[in-house]
This record gives sequence, C-alpha cells and structure tokens, in this order.
Amino acid sequence: MAISAANDAFVVFDHVQKSYDGQSLVVKDLNLTIGKGEFLTMLGPSGSGKTTCLMMLAGFETATHGEIRLNGKNINDVPPHKRGIGMVFQNYALFPHMTVGENLSFPLEVRGMSKDERETRVTRALDMVQMGKFKNRRPAQLSGGQQQRIALARALVFDPELVLMDEPLGALDKQLREHMQFEIKALHDRLGITVVYVTHDQGEALTMSDRIAVFNDGRIQQLAPPPVLYEQPENSFVAGFIGENNALRGQIEQLNGDKALVRLANGDLIDATAVNIREAGKTTTVSVRPERVEFKPDLMPAGAHTIEAEVRDVVYMGDILRARLKVAGQDDFVMKYRNTLGQTKLSPGQTIRIGWHPEDARALDPV
Amino acid sequence: MANALDPHAAVVTEAGGLDQRGTLKTADGQPLSRALARSSRKARRRAFMLVLPLLLFILITFVLPIGQMLQRSVKNDGFSANMPQLSAWFAEHPRGTDPNDAAWAALAADLTASAEARTIGVVGTRINYDMPGTRSLFTSAGRQARRGVEPPYRDAILEMDQKWGDPKLWSVMREASSPYTSNFYLAAVDRTRDDSGNIVQAPEQQRVYLMLFLRTLWLSLVITFTTFLLGFPIAHLLATLPTRKSNLLMILVLLPFWTSLLVRTTAWMVLLQQQGVVNDILVWLGVIGNSGRLQMIFNQTGTIIAMTHILLPFMILPLYSVMRTINPSYVRAARSLGATSWTAFRRIYFPQTLPGLGAGALLVFILAVGYYITPALVGGSSGQLISNMIAMHMTQTLNWSMAAALAAILLGGVLILYWVYDRLVGIDNLKLG
Repeated sequence: MAISAANDAFVVFDHVQKSYDGQSLVVKDLNLTIGKGEFLTMLGPSGSGKTTCLMMLAGFETATHGEIRLNGKNINDVPPHKRGIGMVFQNYALFPHMTVGENLSFPLEVRGMSKDERETRVTRALDMVQMGKFKNRRPAQLSGGQQQRIALARALVFDPELVLMDEPLGALDKQLREHMQFEIKALHDRLGITVVYVTHDQGEALTMSDRIAVFNDGRIQQLAPPPVLYEQPENSFVAGFIGENNALRGQIEQLNGDKALVRLANGDLIDATAVNIREAGKTTTVSVRPERVEFKPDLMPAGAHTIEAEVRDVVYMGDILRARLKVAGQDDFVMKYRNTLGQTKLSPGQTIRIGWHPEDARALDPV
Repeated sequence: MANALDPHAAVVTEAGGLDQRGTLKTADGQPLSRALARSSRKARRRAFMLVLPLLLFILITFVLPIGQMLQRSVKNDGFSANMPQLSAWFAEHPRGTDPNDAAWAALAADLTASAEARTIGVVGTRINYDMPGTRSLFTSAGRQARRGVEPPYRDAILEMDQKWGDPKLWSVMREASSPYTSNFYLAAVDRTRDDSGNIVQAPEQQRVYLMLFLRTLWLSLVITFTTFLLGFPIAHLLATLPTRKSNLLMILVLLPFWTSLLVRTTAWMVLLQQQGVVNDILVWLGVIGNSGRLQMIFNQTGTIIAMTHILLPFMILPLYSVMRTINPSYVRAARSLGATSWTAFRRIYFPQTLPGLGAGALLVFILAVGYYITPALVGGSSGQLISNMIAMHMTQTLNWSMAAALAAILLGGVLILYWVYDRLVGIDNLKLG
C-alpha cells in the first residue's frame, strides 16, 4: 500500500528504550515510524523485544526512555483506556462470563453509547466477520477460529484507527491460519486501518505485511517490504531468519564497488554482492537462497564462478526437489529445483558444478 | 480370543452383531451391556475395597455418634423409664384429666421404687429441664418416700411439699412420660408448653437461644465479609506477584495455620486488652486518654477481630487458586477496549473470581457458625455464640438433649444455606482449590 507523505508519521517510536530490571535493556534504542493505513509486522524470535514494543504502544508497559507518539501526540503518560487502540490478544481474551454480543458491546458501553447505537454497531461488526448468528453464544462454545473472529470484531467495533495484534493466529491449525491471514488482510484493506502485527512466523509476516520490522536482541535488524527483506537481507540474522538460506563462510578476496570475490574454506572462489562488508580481507558469510542456486551449465549466468558440489541426498517434495549438497567442506548446503517434465535426475554421490547470479549471493557479516 | 471374561473380547462382529430387537451382541453372542458390566465389575470391586476403610471409619466415628446425638434431641427416657406406673396412668388418661387417686398412688409407688433404685435424681433432672427448680422436689420426696408413704397418697405427698399439686408440674410430667418429646426443640427456639400443653413463648428472662442464633448468624456474616475485604487484595497479590515473593507471602498467610489456636487467641488478648499493646500505643499517641481506654476484647469486637484473623486463610486460599487461573490479558483487553481500571476490575476481573469467593465465603461462614474456642476465650458475655451454649449444655448442665437440639438446628440451618447457595450460584461453580 502506498503511504502518502502527510500520513507518514502516524505512530512514532523515538529513541525508545525499555528495561525491566535496571540491569539490561530489552529494547535498545528503537526508532520506528509507521504510516497511516500501513500493515506493519514486528517479526522476531521470542525474547527479541517485539512484544514489549507492542505492549508499550498499547500502554501496558512504560518506556524507560524515549517517546512514543500517536498521531503527533506523545502518549507516554496516556493510560491504555484513553489511547483508543484496538487490540487482539494471543489467547483472544474474550470475557468468559459474557456472551459474544456482550463482549462486543463492552467497549461501546464504557464509551457511554446508547443501547440502539450499540446494537447497530455490534450487529455490523459481527456481520463483518460472518459471525452474526453467534451473538448469544458464550466464548467457550465457539471453536478457536470463531473465537479469533470475535476477538477481531471486538477490537474493531469501536472504530479504532490503530489495531494491534499480538500473535493472533498462533493457536490455530495451519489451514485455518492461512484462511484467517487472508481475512485479516482483506479487512485491513477494506477498512483502511493501521495494523501493527506481532508474530514469530515469517510466512505469516511475508504474506500479510506492507513492511516488516525484523527484531533481534532488542533492535530492529531490518525494516523493509517483504520482497526486499527476502531478496536483499542486510545482515546474516535477517538472511537466516527469513526463509531458507545457505550460509557459506569465507574471506573477501577482492572488492570492486559492491562486487566481491569471496574465497571459501577449500580455496574455491565465488561471486557475491558486498552488503555490509566494505573491506577486502575480512571474513564473511555469503548468503544464497536455495532456489537461486543453478546447476545446469546452460542456465548459468555468463562469467559467473562455479564451484564443485557433491550430492548428499535428494528429497522429493512434490512441486520441488530439495537436494542437500556438500560445498566447500560444508554439507548443509541446500538447493531447490523445480519438478518439471524431464528434469535432470540427481543421485547421491554425484558431483555437479553449481553457480548463481552474483546479485543472489550476498556477502554479509560473519555469523 | 472370544473369551467372555476378557473385556477386550467385547467386540461386535458382523456375523452375530444384532439380534431381532436390535441389541448389540459380542462376538460370542452375549448382550453387549452385560459383557461391559462384567468386564468392569472387577475394577469397581477393587475401587470399593480401597475406600472401604475410610467408609467404615466415617461410619463408626462420624455417622453413628451424630445419629445418636440427633436421636438424643428428641428422646429422653429419664422419666418414663424410672416412673413406669405414673407413665402408664398418663397414657391411659387424656390431657386435662385431674390426677385421681390412682395417679397419686402410682406417683407414690414410682417415687419409692425410684428412690430405692437410686434413680430419683435422673427423674428430677429430666423434669428440671422443662421446669427449673424442681430437681430437689423429687430428691427430697424420694428420701421421704423411702421411709414409707401411707394412703391417702394425695394428702401424704402434698404433705411433703405443696408444689406437688401444681398443675404445671403435672403437665410437665405428662410431657416427660413419653420417651420421645419435641420439648427440647421448642426450648431451643425459646418456646415452652403451658399447663394445657399449648406452645407459648418462654418467660422473658429465659429467652436466650433465638437471640444467640441471630447473633451467631450476624457475627458469622460480619466475619465472612471482613475476611473478604482483607483477603481479596492479599489473594490478588499472591496470584500476581513473582513466584519468589508470592511464596514468601504464602508462608505468611499459612503461618497462623501452623500456630496453636490457643496461642493465637491469647496473643489477641495481649494486644487488645485494656492494658494491652494497642491501647498503650493509642494512649501514648494521645488518640485516647488514659481513662478512655477502649474495650476491644471480651465482647463482640474481640470475637470478630480474633475470628477474622483465624478464618482468613480459608478465604484467601480458594480465592488465590481461582485468581491464579485468570489470565492477565482479560484485564488488559478490557483496558484496551476503553475501560478504566475500576471498570475493568468490576466488570471483568471480579466476576471471574466469584467461584473462589463463593467457596471461601461458604467455608468461612460455616466454620464461623460452629466456632467455639475463640468466642469462649475472647468473647466475654456479648461475644458468645450458639456453640458456646451447646458446649455449656454438654459440660456444665449435662442437658445433652438440649445440646443436641441446638446442634441439630444449627446443622439444619447450614444445610439450608448450602441449598440456597446451590440454587443461587451452583455448587459446580465452587472452587475449593
């Protein structure tokens, strides 16, 4: 979604730090600007600080240092109930002693809305998630997916401009999860709300987001739209965390602008794009996506260095084949190739030569 | 493999699966339900054997004594067993018949026989329950009767004491002539029978029990409420603090459990008496004058304070066990939806603690209703509960029937409250731990 300049700074984290114990920082100097109408995902392993950031935005945690601005106003000292932010929790947090209808009408009641107004809005919100028939049920009588929809409807029923979601699909099975991803995305596009979504599932992040902020160790490692994040990771952590990745250890032999020649442990030379290595002689980790590895000589880009690889095993996965190769002494190198008619058969023990376009190999910081 | 005793053999085969009536059969043609019953019988028998010792223990030490006690509340044969002839006369002549010569003769014979058998005291005690001050009438009549009573018996007995002519006495003796009586229950609710046997209010100076029942009920309610007020925040802290701190707090909560009841109660005496710690501090601070020291113990205040302290853990523990299961995200959700912290507490958190609150309140209330030692020690006269009266009848007046009647009413009241609670809240919603 295009972000207009005027709405650029709907949510701003300005040098935000958070410490729970006064000894260590859980969030280290966070700077993040979220545009209006944007779907931003905070992605990271557990303990990376992403949930803490969300809780600070919701108002359940206070920032130890720095400022959080919503719509241009500093909200550091605004209590949660005055922020007007909708939130969907991991366990849904539907009030067990109230019916679905009462759950949805709760945020309207505390805002002092009239009964008629409440009825209209509750019905509208339930219809929006196709749960109109379930108004008088209790949460315990609903399936996980249904509870998820109700939680979503409840977070939206009072028309918040910003909705936070804390791993909302974590408890659902794979099929339902994919379906709900689609529905949430559709709702976002339709309502034009701003969504901050926290997850540790990179697939979910890639499918749904306008931009993804990858968290690790209390910092944003990279903030970019999904294709950029996947194809042009800026450091080894992002390369390894998003999607499947091959990491080849080596040393920069030559550096020409961002073109690098890397010598691997066994002396082989490969081409790569230097990303955050700016000096020859440094050790590096070269990241190559398995599906960008080529082994047929006629498809190899012109002038590319190729290296020798020994096939260890080939796994048949239906749409693709996944070969594990021994490359430069490392036997965890993975190559994926399409299962097309007449595809070359590889067998264990066979020696092949592999290569890639230099732009697909990214010389990153050493792991 | 088609062994009928093997539960795993109870598999329906397609061959003989259903008979004409559509009942399922096992592989070897037995009805499925019978095979199931047989296969689970052994397991049931073994389970029963496991609980049998406890069942016998409860039966012998709990059900039988309580049953006997309850029987005592309606049965007392102290008079009927020892005064057989007079009892027979009462049985033959309806109420309202003036005692005739036969009656006086029976009385004289029974008095003599009973005095010989040295049971006249028992008879006197029995009549004394319903008509205070009559025990000595019987014992002295017994002593004189042993020296010989000559006819006409009426004059001879009236000679011993004019009180023998009192129609009230005859009415009471008629009541006692049957071993079964409702008089103890009547007395327990401050009722008595007049000369003609009608149920009337007891004389004003004897009306104590109803007042005591009401006071017990009221104090128990007050104590339940104060334990709730004090216990709710502590239970919440216990449930939300980090484990290390909450464990320490839990020890503080349980500490009173590990201290002798007497020690705790006497500690309250030290604190609350007029020359005690609390009064000393208040005087020292100048809040009250030395002459105006507060009477905080040996009255209702003392009972309430000490019993609240003793019963507090019974409120805290069920509350804690329920609060621990309430996910903090409920309150957070409410706050994010726009509720102030008070609204989130009132509408979201508090309703979810109700099962624990119900269990705690029921526990504390039922324990308070029957509490004995603490009110006896710190209650003075205005802080005595009905259980103290029961104890008095058990140990001092030895009127066990009266004690049993009071206890039975207490038990009935608690069962009724339990029933009301079940109807209002539902016992399924009770969480004791």
